[in-house]
Amino acid sequence: MKTLFDKIWDAHTVSTVQDGPTQLYIDRHFCHEVTSPQAFNGLRTRGLTVLRPDKTTLTADHNTPTINQDQPVKDPISRNQLDTLSKNAADFGLTLYALGNKKNGVVHIIGPENGYTQPGMTIVCGDSHTSTHGAFGSIAFGIGTSEVEMVLATQCILQSRPKTMRITFNGKLNKGVTAKDLALYMIAQLTTGGATGYFVEYAGEAIRNMSMEERMTLCNLSIEMGARGGLIAPDEKTFTYVKGREFAPKGEAWDKALAYWKTLKTDEGAKFDKELVFEAADIQPMITYGTNPGMGMAVNDSIPTLDQIDEAGRISFQKSMDYMGFKPGEKLEGKSIDYVFLGSCTNGRIEDFRAFTNFIKGKKKAENVVAWLVPGSWMVEKQIREEGLYDILIEAGFSLRQPGCSACLAMNDDKVPAGKYAISTSNRNFEGRQGPGARTILAGPLVAAAAAITGKITDPRTF
Amino acid sequence: MEKFQTLTSTYVPLPIENVDTDQIIPARFLKATTKEGFGDNLFADWRYDKEGKPKADFVLNNPTYSGEILVAGKNFGSGSSREHAAWAIVGYGFKAVVSSFFADIFKNNSLNNGLLPVIVSVEFLAEIFDSVSKDPKATLTINLEKQTITNNATGKSESFEINPYKKECLLKGLDDIDYLLSKKPLIEAYEKDQTL
Ligand code: SF4
Repeated sequence: MKTLFDKIWDAHTVSTVQDGPTQLYIDRHFCHEVTSPQAFNGLRTRGLTVLRPDKTTLTADHNTPTINQDQPVKDPISRNQLDTLSKNAADFGLTLYALGNKKNGVVHIIGPENGYTQPGMTIVCGDSHTSTHGAFGSIAFGIGTSEVEMVLATQCILQSRPKTMRITFNGKLNKGVTAKDLALYMIAQLTTGGATGYFVEYAGEAIRNMSMEERMTLCNLSIEMGARGGLIAPDEKTFTYVKGREFAPKGEAWDKALAYWKTLKTDEGAKFDKELVFEAADIQPMITYGTNPGMGMAVNDSIPTLDQIDEAGRISFQKSMDYMGFKPGEKLEGKSIDYVFLGSCTNGRIEDFRAFTNFIKGKKKAENVVAWLVPGSWMVEKQIREEGLYDILIEAGFSLRQPGCSACLAMNDDKVPAGKYAISTSNRNFEGRQGPGARTILAGPLVAAAAAITGKITDPRTF
Repeated sequence: MEKFQTLTSTYVPLPIENVDTDQIIPARFLKATTKEGFGDNLFADWRYDKEGKPKADFVLNNPTYSGEILVAGKNFGSGSSREHAAWAIVGYGFKAVVSSFFADIFKNNSLNNGLLPVIVSVEFLAEIFDSVSKDPKATLTINLEKQTITNNATGKSESFEINPYKKECLLKGLDDIDYLLSKKPLIEAYEKDQTL
C-alpha cells in the first residue's frame, strides 16, 4: 500500500546514497533568467554539457517589463540577465520562450498550458513555486541554483525523502470563497513552517470539485507553509486539461500514458506521516494582515491582540505591525488601499481573470486605486481578448498589462511605492516584496475585485 | 567548496522569527549573473536606509557584535528558493547559521555552499541569545565531526542532526555534482528502463 507520492518517488529513484539522499531522475526541468546564470557558468567551468536538452525548457519572466515588450528592455542590468539567458539557451541547445515569443509567460503558467506538465512526472525549477505543477499529480518542487546545475549536467538531483502529509478538505466551499482563500486559511492554521519537511497530498470533496486552475493555485501555495510541495491525484479533469496540448502525448502514446496515469492515486489504507482534516464550510474570504503568508484572517475579522501571540513571537509580530501600519486587535475591513495587483503564478490564469471581470462587470474602478492586471502568459492574454473580458475591463476603467511576474516580486518597474497598501493576488507579503516599504495584503481575485471597485478592503459577499 | 573545520567564534544575534529570503537578499539584488558580491547586500533593507547609509540600530552595523556564526530566531530562510540567500550569507563571511528551525530549500542551498545550518533546541537557542546579551564576546564552538555545538559562556553542549552524506561532503569539501557525475552509467541504465 503506497501513497501517490511514494509511487512517483519510487518510480524515479535511480539509486540511494547509503545513509543519505535519493538520486532522483527528473522528467521536466524549467529555468528562468534569475536563478540559472550561475548554473550555466558552473557547467562552463567544469567543461560540461546539458545531458538531456529536450527535458529543459527556458522562459524569461521575472525581470521583464509589462509594457512595451516590443522595445529593448531599459534597465541595463535586467537586459544583461535576459541576454545571458538567450546566450545560454543558444550555447547549450535549449528551447527558450524569450520576450516576444507567443508562448512566453510566467514559468509555472506556461508549463501546464503547453502540456509540458503531466501526471506522474518529477518536475523541478529554480523557483519555490514549482509546487504549482503538483496539481497534475506530479512531484514538483523548487530547487537552488547548485541543484539547477546538477539537473542540467545529470538530469538527476540528490534529495532526502520528505515525510508525507495528507490534508483533507471535507464538504463544499461557501459561495464567494476561492481556492486562494482555502490556501490562505490553511496556511494561517499551519503557520509558515507548519509543513516543513513534508510533501502534502490534498484530498477531499472540496479539492475534487476544484478546476485545474484552482488546484494549481492551491498547490502553488504549498511552499508558503514550508512544504516541499503539494500534489493532487489526477482525475478526469486532469486528463481533459492535458489532452491535446502541444507537448502532451498523442495517439498511441496518449493511450499508454493515460492507462498509467489512472493508477496514480493513494492506495486505500496507505499511511501518511501526518493527516489533517478541515471543513470547507469554515472558510471565509481571506486577507493577510502581516508580513508572512501565515498571518491571514477572514476579511471581516480582527487582527490578533498581543496577548494572543506566544512570547517568543512577539518581537516579530510587533515589527510586522509597525511595518504594515496596523495595530494589534484592529479590524481591516473598510480601510483604504492604493494598489490592486491581479496576476502571478498564483492567480494569473484565465479563471482568475474571469472571476475578476465577472465581479467588476458594469461597475467602475475606484478613482484612488492603481490597478495592475497582469496575465500570467500570452496565452492567457489572448484568451482574455477572445472571451471579451478585455472590453469589459476597459469599460470599467481598467487596463491590461503584458505578461510576466511583475509586482509579485517587483524586480521590474512594477513596484508599489513605500507606505502604500496593495491588495495583491500573489503569494508573498514579505517586507519589501512588492518594492521597498510596500505594504502587501494578500487575497484572492474576488477580494481584489471588490477592493478595486470600492478602493477599500471589502468583503466581496457584501457587495 | 571549502572544507568545514571545527569552528569557535563569537556570533551575531538576530532574535527575529521567520526571517525570509526576501529579507536575507531582496529581489532587486538578484540581477547579477555571477555568485560574487551578494555579501554587501545581505539584509539590505534592514541594514541600510533609503540613502544607502548604514542604520545604526541593525545588528550587522553594531561593532559590538561580530563573528563567523549567525544566530537567528526560528524558521530561518523561509520563502523563495533563491540560492543568492546562501551566497549572501557566505559572502558576508558567515560559516554557520544557528536556529531552532530552518526552511527546507534554504537548508539544502546552505549545505551546497559549505554553510552549515545548525539546528538547536528552543531552550538552547534562548540561552545563546541570553549569553550574548550579557557578553557580546561570548563564543560558540561547532564540531561537525562530533555533531556538537557548545555555548562556551555556559559550558552547555547539545548535539545536532545532519545527514551523514552531507556531513561527509562538508568535511571533505566535495559537492553533489561530483557525486552525480560519477553515477552516469546508472542514469543511462535508468533511462533505458523507462517504457513511458
Ligand atoms: S509570479 Fe511570483 S512567485 Fe510566481 S514565479 Fe514569478 S516571481 Fe515567482
